[in-house]
Amino acid sequence: MKKLLNTLFVTIPDAYLSLDGENIVVKSEEETLARYPLHNLEAVCTFGYAGVSPALMGACATRNIALTFMTRNGRFLARVIGEDRGNVVLRKEQYRISDDERRSALVARNMILGKIFNSKWILERATRDYPLRVDVDRIKRVTASLSDAMKLVRNVEDLEVLRGLEGTSAVQYNSVFDDLILQQKEHFSFNGRSKRPPLDHVNALLSFAYTLLATDVKAALEAVGLDAYVGFLHRDRPGRASLALDMMEELRGVYADRMVLSLINKKIINHKGFYMKENGAVLMDDETRKQVLKAWQERKQEKIIHPFLHEKISWGLVPYAQALLLARYIRGDLDEYPPFLWK
Amino acid sequence: MQGYNEEDFLLLSGIQHFNFCRRQWALIHIEQQWEENVRTLEGAYVHRVADQPLLREKRGDKLIVRSLPVHSKQLGITGICDVVEFVLDPEGISLAGEEGLYLPYPVEYKRGKPKKDDSDRSQLIAQMLCLEEMLVCELSLGYLFYDEIKHRVEVTVSPSDKERVRTTLLEMHHYFQRNHTPKVKVGPHCQSCSLNLVCLPELMKRRTVSSFIESRLGE
Repeated sequence: MKKLLNTLFVTIPDAYLSLDGENIVVKSEEETLARYPLHNLEAVCTFGYAGVSPALMGACATRNIALTFMTRNGRFLARVIGEDRGNVVLRKEQYRISDDERRSALVARNMILGKIFNSKWILERATRDYPLRVDVDRIKRVTASLSDAMKLVRNVEDLEVLRGLEGTSAVQYNSVFDDLILQQKEHFSFNGRSKRPPLDHVNALLSFAYTLLATDVKAALEAVGLDAYVGFLHRDRPGRASLALDMMEELRGVYADRMVLSLINKKIINHKGFYMKENGAVLMDDETRKQVLKAWQERKQEKIIHPFLHEKISWGLVPYAQALLLARYIRGDLDEYPPFLWK
Repeated sequence: MQGYNEEDFLLLSGIQHFNFCRRQWALIHIEQQWEENVRTLEGAYVHRVADQPLLREKRGDKLIVRSLPVHSKQLGITGICDVVEFVLDPEGISLAGEEGLYLPYPVEYKRGKPKKDDSDRSQLIAQMLCLEEMLVCELSLGYLFYDEIKHRVEVTVSPSDKERVRTTLLEMHHYFQRNHTPKVKVGPHCQSCSLNLVCLPELMKRRTVSSFIESRLGE
């Protein structure tokens, strides 16, 4: 499996990035702050607004380094893509599947299966690790119903039915998600998901983590030649990376939710790092955002054994491995799409 | 002259991939996947010497041309010869703008040292077939220059060698028309393949996804 290289996060607001030979140079007010060799980087993610030189954009595109622009508040703005990778044959088959509701359902159901499976084991793990802190009976009732849902999902051939099962499972999981917050309860509690804008600290963290995951998944899908905007469960909508959203279903829990929980439970972040706007929208300050990025980077470097490939890879390569497996399924090498079933 | 249309030409260099592994060739030429590894970077480095299209030299009885684009309509291939040496030879052919008769000898630059398999040879032979067609002549000798030994190896080519390459090229066109990526035959060569992680050779030996899912759900 390929090696996970570093992601460079640039959080200095007025940083300007340029290319010098094989290096990326970070400047602020004409002063050179840092320089990194490009061959060590897999992605560059900048929260600044001064910009990136066209030469560096080109260099990133040809080297398949994902260059992403974010707003100061960590919302996705834009990203640079070079010439399309991969071939039209793969993409056309992806479109054919996407146009066919039944064939779409066969792929989407495995992604949802992955999502429910991973949700279940996040909860199961909590009952095993903290039997004295969590309401084991309550959680066990949820995991039992998630197990039932999985049996149904396995045989679904209809997207609407699948969406229904996905919805009820998500409600079940969310209903006990708050139980997994074991520290700083007075400031961090989960009362359902709010996105636009996030209305509490937990939602602000989740939203940011999902944005980071989305950029990784999109980059991975494009690296293997798939079209991140044409999905199976999520239908086409202009500007929406539907396939990336599909693939995120199975990764949200194990990738993002668990990191958010550990940031809170290990008290790596605290409520002082957030501020509330007049309308109730909750935002993170720069320091907290840096902490999250640091945790995100560290987590990506951790090694796991991929459940299907049985290969030791870093967490950060999981989106790439799944994208690769999806491409191999679409090309007819595999009998089904193997979702990431983690426990 | 009958033959392939230009838009159906395949890259000549592909024959080397095809001989190494059909799936590798299909991943690169049909699926447009490419990953650099140490070997591909070395390859690019070796070619920097040869890849100087504006350098044309005359040395004694030799005219040395670099980066010469060639093609064969008959075989439906196109590519670039690293170096072609035109040598004065009474048996040779006339070249526009040159006095005397010349015979061309392609020199292909390769990283590493001479290999056991036939892939480098077949690429050179395909180049010779292109030169034969474009210059209307007959060739039976070319060279492979290996960077590690800094030496060229003489390659003599028989009519049956050429026939074998023609057959291979037909097969490549056949796959290409069907857009077919063949399944992998896993072997020791997978270790040195730069596309190892795109190809996932181990996948072909593994149990089905269905049984993987069933067993995970049952745990």
